[in-house]
Amino acid sequence: MTINYSEKIPNNVNLGEDRTLQRALEQWQPNFLSWWDDMGPEGSTNFDVYLRTAISVDPQGWAQFGHVKMPDYRWGIFLNPGEQDRKIHFGDHKGEAAWQDVPGEYRANLRRIIVTQGDTEPASVEQQRHLGLTAPSQYDLRNLFQVNVEEGRHLWAMVYLLHRYFGRDGREEAEALLERRSGQEDNPRILQAFNEQTPDWLSFFMFTYFTDRDGKFQLCALAESSFDPLARTTKFMLTEEAHHMFVGESGVGRVIARTCQMMNELKTDDAKKLRAAGVIDLPTLQRYINFHFSVTVDLFGADESSNAATFYSTGLKGRYEEGKRVDDHQLRGQTYKVLAVENGALVEREVPMLNALNEVLRDDYIKDSVAGVERWNKVIEKAGIPYRLKVPHKAFHRNIGALAGSKISPDGRVVSEAEWAAKKDEWLPSDSDRAFVGSLMGRVVEPGKFANWIAPPVMGINRQPVDFEYVRFG
Amino acid sequence: MDMAVNVIRQHLIDPEICIRCNTCEAICPVQAITHDSRNYVVDAEKCNLCMACISPCPTGSIDNWRTMPKVRAYGTAEQLEWEVLPPELTSEELTEAGVAASEVPASEPSPPSLVAAAEGETSFNSAQYGATVAPWSAAHPYANLYGPKAAEKSATATVTGNVRVTEVGKDYDTHHIVLDFGAMPFPVLEGQSIGIVPPGTDERGRPHHPRQYSIASPRNGERPGYNNVSLTIKRVLEDYSGTPVRGVASNYMCDLKVGDKVEVIGPFGTTFLMPNHPRSHVVMICTGTGSAPMRAMTEWRRRLRASGKFEGGKLMLFFGARTKEELPYFGPLQSLPKDFIDINLAFSRTAGQTKRYVQDLMRERAADLAALLADSNAHFYVCGLKAMEEGVVLALRDVAVKSGLNWDTVAADLKKQGRLHLETY
Repeated sequence: MTINYSEKIPNNVNLGEDRTLQRALEQWQPNFLSWWDDMGPEGSTNFDVYLRTAISVDPQGWAQFGHVKMPDYRWGIFLNPGEQDRKIHFGDHKGEAAWQDVPGEYRANLRRIIVTQGDTEPASVEQQRHLGLTAPSQYDLRNLFQVNVEEGRHLWAMVYLLHRYFGRDGREEAEALLERRSGQEDNPRILQAFNEQTPDWLSFFMFTYFTDRDGKFQLCALAESSFDPLARTTKFMLTEEAHHMFVGESGVGRVIARTCQMMNELKTDDAKKLRAAGVIDLPTLQRYINFHFSVTVDLFGADESSNAATFYSTGLKGRYEEGKRVDDHQLRGQTYKVLAVENGALVEREVPMLNALNEVLRDDYIKDSVAGVERWNKVIEKAGIPYRLKVPHKAFHRNIGALAGSKISPDGRVVSEAEWAAKKDEWLPSDSDRAFVGSLMGRVVEPGKFANWIAPPVMGINRQPVDFEYVRFG
Repeated sequence: MDMAVNVIRQHLIDPEICIRCNTCEAICPVQAITHDSRNYVVDAEKCNLCMACISPCPTGSIDNWRTMPKVRAYGTAEQLEWEVLPPELTSEELTEAGVAASEVPASEPSPPSLVAAAEGETSFNSAQYGATVAPWSAAHPYANLYGPKAAEKSATATVTGNVRVTEVGKDYDTHHIVLDFGAMPFPVLEGQSIGIVPPGTDERGRPHHPRQYSIASPRNGERPGYNNVSLTIKRVLEDYSGTPVRGVASNYMCDLKVGDKVEVIGPFGTTFLMPNHPRSHVVMICTGTGSAPMRAMTEWRRRLRASGKFEGGKLMLFFGARTKEELPYFGPLQSLPKDFIDINLAFSRTAGQTKRYVQDLMRERAADLAALLADSNAHFYVCGLKAMEEGVVLALRDVAVKSGLNWDTVAADLKKQGRLHLETY
């Protein structure tokens, strides 16, 4: 499984043996690079960034560190090693051999899944392209760029599948992935959360914590797929995705740590005083959590979905950790509880589990998200401050599924339009919150220095010191 | 030594820093890492200290170690309850537990493959150090004049010489072959290579793939003023794993007679080229037939020197083979003046002598190499079997580090300035 670096496109899929595919991808490559030039991190072309590059998919090879210019990053195609005689382990085809090619009857659905996943990768790069101008430190700038290049590589991973297995349609979809633009009205990205702006670093950390975690769960579900190349490619993507989770979790954690430190110094929890001291008060952080959490849980789709049932039964997309679950892996006749509003109150309804698989994945996601928020609370607790952050109720601020349109408070009460309007700014970041956070954003580039609103990390990247020169400006 | 069994460096994960991403658990080859809804933990009974989990961890939380009496190693149930890592046991506590100070391991284990790697690196990728640009004073190369995408698919050359250059009687059979292009243009530079298309078809009835060989002669011809090139070709009788295989192209070439016609494509290569400015130094490191481009460069510098019109810099050669008998061009090399070229030969299989590799010689010559590494007029060329590349680049790095140079800076300069060229196969 060594990666062939002598070729234009580094890969471990013997690309050189399939000249047609190689040529097609080599034609796509300049378009990708020109997309990166247009929409990649602004003004960063000449920076030497301390990046992690995969040179093989084994533990020693996929975390190689060195200073590289981002346009020279070796984006390529890496699949986890195949498992010999892998069998389908869920759905109607359970027990049959995993597919090495796309079955004709599932072609359209698989293509749709891959395109939807692939579309999020360049979208987040586009959303984050201005952030480099206001980085709170070199360390954070480096982390942003690492996230960006890996999103780019994830796009490659999906494009490889499209080119390799979906013929002309696949090639056209691969082109379209470079043509849509986050937030552009006439040609937006497919999922709404990826058309929102990432205007400041707090949003970026929240996005990488909450929204990239959606990516993790989607990838985990696809890593179970009966379509073996999709399973293998998403497995490797997950190893990279872990870095994005880290950036989010540690980023928000460091913001909290700095705020708590200031609260103790000034002996106050007055948001006004804290803001005057240049840190982000905890209630504002809570509102950001409410926003990013609710927007992200929408990404899992409608709570009842016949598509979700089809994707599962036909073996295209499993559940999170499907292989570790002990049930019949077919789920016929089983039920699951979903939420609905009836007579002005939230109620639980039992629905066929197959139709509720989006909800199953959403609940797994929520469990994972909550655990990290609890770790943030540890930071607050350690500082001796009686305040707890929490994720809002999963029905709060929903725009997709049965709860769309209902007004529900963060603690899960159905509220009136009037109450919603009155409380909205307590529950979600207001324009003035965003303006305040925006006002803190200034660029800090001296090695080892950090913006006032965020604490330094406890350790550097790859055992390097915190004041290491993570980015060398050209 | 059996006392050491009583004390271990226990591998632990810092629950305050870990983000529970599952990467370590997914990657652990012996399922030593498990988790519950709170923590990820390492089972000291199962962990074999292979370190596969260390570099993939995005947070660094994985890299924590505690000296523990083996019987008191933290169990997984205990670790699952942790909110913070326990502190190291003090020496008093260790003594109390019956552990003598001399038993305490100095540091955490490191995986065997990482032994040579410098601190802060996970493993070593020599290929990343190779330049992708030619030295600034390289001559402009012509490339791909003949080939599937060129106007002319191939050129025909005539064999004008075929001499065995390793001693007869050994199974190691290397030939020096001269090809003449007559009136066909085939301009080459030292360091470039050409492709030979063996006649006939393979077992599936398709034409053979062309095989690439480095040119062993200088730009103005094997015989100065003639339109010819020479190649160094080793007869392939077994593959990398030692299975007997007759190399199609090498056997074809080694068996050629003077006057035979050969189909050629190329030339290839636009970066592995020598510097041409006065007082520029060339360091050549090669094994076996990797000597071909080194011979070409040496010969060109020899001709320039003979002309009296060029002030060359240092030439330094590190040349390795299994035995003296296998060194192509061994005789002629020895007769070059010492003040012209500094030759270092290594033999890895000479009976009665310890094995020596080119990197051993390089370390011995560290003082000279360090000065050259720091000199922007010095250019390094490595050619030979793939297996040598890592050792050679590591040796360069050690030389740099030991002499107080910053390897990262040196390596970046070597690459950026087209001063380190790797060609291995």
